[in-house]
Amino acid sequence: MTVTASKTMDRASGSGGTRPEERLLALDVQDEHLTFTAAGTWAGERGRELDQLTSAPLGGISPPKIVDIDLRGVERLDMLGAWLLERLFRHYTVGGSKVRFVGLPERYRGLLEQVHDVNQQMPSPRSQTHRLLNAFEAFGRMGVGIKDAFLVFVSMLGMLGCAAARALRRPKEFRLTSVVHHLYRVGWQAVPIVLLITFLIGCIIAQQGIFHFRKFGADAYVVDMVGILVLREIGVLIVSIMVAGRSGSAYTAELGSMKMREEIDALRTMGFDPIDVLVLPRVIALLCALPVLAFMGSMAALYGGGLVAWLYGGMSPAIFIARLKEAISITHFEVGMIKAPFMALAIGMIACSEGLRVKGSAESLGLQTTTSVVKSIFVVIVLDGVFAMFFASIGM
Amino acid sequence: MAATTEPEVIHVRDLVVGFGKQTVLDHLSLDVHRGEILGLVGASGGGKSVLLRSIIGLIPKRQGRIEVLGMDLDQTTDQTARSVGRRWGILFQLGALFSSLTVRENVQFPMRENLDLSESLLYELATAKLEIVGLSAEDGDKFPAELSGGMTKRAALARSLALDPEIVFLDEPTSGLDPIAAGEFDRLIRTLQQTLGLTVFMVTHDLDSLHTVCDRVAALADGRIVAAGSIESMLECEHPWVRAYFRGRRARMPVPRLN
Repeated sequence: MTVTASKTMDRASGSGGTRPEERLLALDVQDEHLTFTAAGTWAGERGRELDQLTSAPLGGISPPKIVDIDLRGVERLDMLGAWLLERLFRHYTVGGSKVRFVGLPERYRGLLEQVHDVNQQMPSPRSQTHRLLNAFEAFGRMGVGIKDAFLVFVSMLGMLGCAAARALRRPKEFRLTSVVHHLYRVGWQAVPIVLLITFLIGCIIAQQGIFHFRKFGADAYVVDMVGILVLREIGVLIVSIMVAGRSGSAYTAELGSMKMREEIDALRTMGFDPIDVLVLPRVIALLCALPVLAFMGSMAALYGGGLVAWLYGGMSPAIFIARLKEAISITHFEVGMIKAPFMALAIGMIACSEGLRVKGSAESLGLQTTTSVVKSIFVVIVLDGVFAMFFASIGM
Repeated sequence: MAATTEPEVIHVRDLVVGFGKQTVLDHLSLDVHRGEILGLVGASGGGKSVLLRSIIGLIPKRQGRIEVLGMDLDQTTDQTARSVGRRWGILFQLGALFSSLTVRENVQFPMRENLDLSESLLYELATAKLEIVGLSAEDGDKFPAELSGGMTKRAALARSLALDPEIVFLDEPTSGLDPIAAGEFDRLIRTLQQTLGLTVFMVTHDLDSLHTVCDRVAALADGRIVAAGSIESMLECEHPWVRAYFRGRRARMPVPRLN
């Protein structure tokens, strides 16, 4: 009986090989003696054809006694080809056949010997777990993750408190230069973008207010809305979110890459606490900068609101200011400004603790930076809600 | 294949490379023959890595001609340049493994992009390459950040061998390894060079590597190759830098060659 694997050959030769007529693997069966004849290029570029040819060479025929693999026609053999030959070899050896390589070119002997030792332990197939169980596991892990995040936050607060106490006890060791440097970066350099964005937000609020209040003839009340909304909520909230995105992410990325390059370990070995040297100055800079930015942002938003009220709503600046004086009191301003340092503390602490949690890889740096920004914005908004309830209950 | 007839796989003539006002390589010429291990030595900051990077096309040159595997990369289309790129593998000094992929995925990456292979074959091949360079199948599931220095070098070598290249460029393969690990790595390079029929272009500082594995040594000083030849001929060279390097206090008696 003589069978040639011609059907497989046709499929192989059709897919853009170098020589379409070349037969990579032919099979000859005589009773219990199998002969494979390999020829042509046994290398990476013919990988898929070779893989298919050698994966299921014979189905349903009882294991032969002798298998010869004739390699005389092989022009080029690389590790892929060698591994496939080795796989064929193992397939029949396991089945109890005697496998021989015939006509192996001398230059490829070392290569075949080398692949003979590899892949001896094939991976155990991954255990299939229950989908529902996986969902429960993910849910449980999420809960633990939230607990861990809370613990990280609290421990950072504690470490910062200790660092601040040390700085108060020994003011000479406090890093003022570093604070000023960070103040310049997160405060001064952030002024233009903060002013621009809050100005635009003020304009939009005023425009929307005038547009809709006009239907009830209440467009004069737009001044109350702009004033109270900006001073109590929007000013500090928008600025905090911007600072979280702009400066919080920078803190995380800086500390994270310092962690990756072992700079933080170096600091520790020299006897410095990274919290003192790196975190405290950054958080203090943020604590100073955010209230100032929030104040400037509120003023820019009021200015924008006034400008739109004048140009779009036809309300002269003098009337706008007079109505503003009536509508708002110092309490509104206080409510807004009291929140700013708390927002700053939350952003600074989250950003720095996420930075210190970065591990060795670039991916972890990206992940931690994303987490830092997402968490900071979330916490800022939650804090704002908590403050709103607090001030409402004390009647401010 | 036409490539087997030409003896020089890397052919550099009158290469000039510089940055700003500084000229790093000044009319440098160098040939690398098929099937040899060439060791390139030179002072720190003397332009060894610059030469390697110019050959593989990472740094633009000012003048001169570079032919790799018989092709001038400046005069070919992007397509041919890419196909030449598949025929060489590079081991960067710090490994340059992609940190977001596991070691196995790192090795699979060039194969996945360039070859049409099934997922199971990709797995087997990547594990085979890892085992050939001396890592275990379990190491394949680790991330580069979890590897030691020596393992990083081995993993990077496995990745450079992913496409079964004809030329392997090694940038200081044994730096940062202890002498035993360095010796093992040298032996590994020698074995792979013999079994896979590689041409190896190796930038190194390691005198032991030069003695044990390199067929030929080229010394780079003052922006050009001042001496090239066997290690014995280096010992006889009269160029002051080469003298200082090979006959200085840190140079010692030649170690027997591996073969």
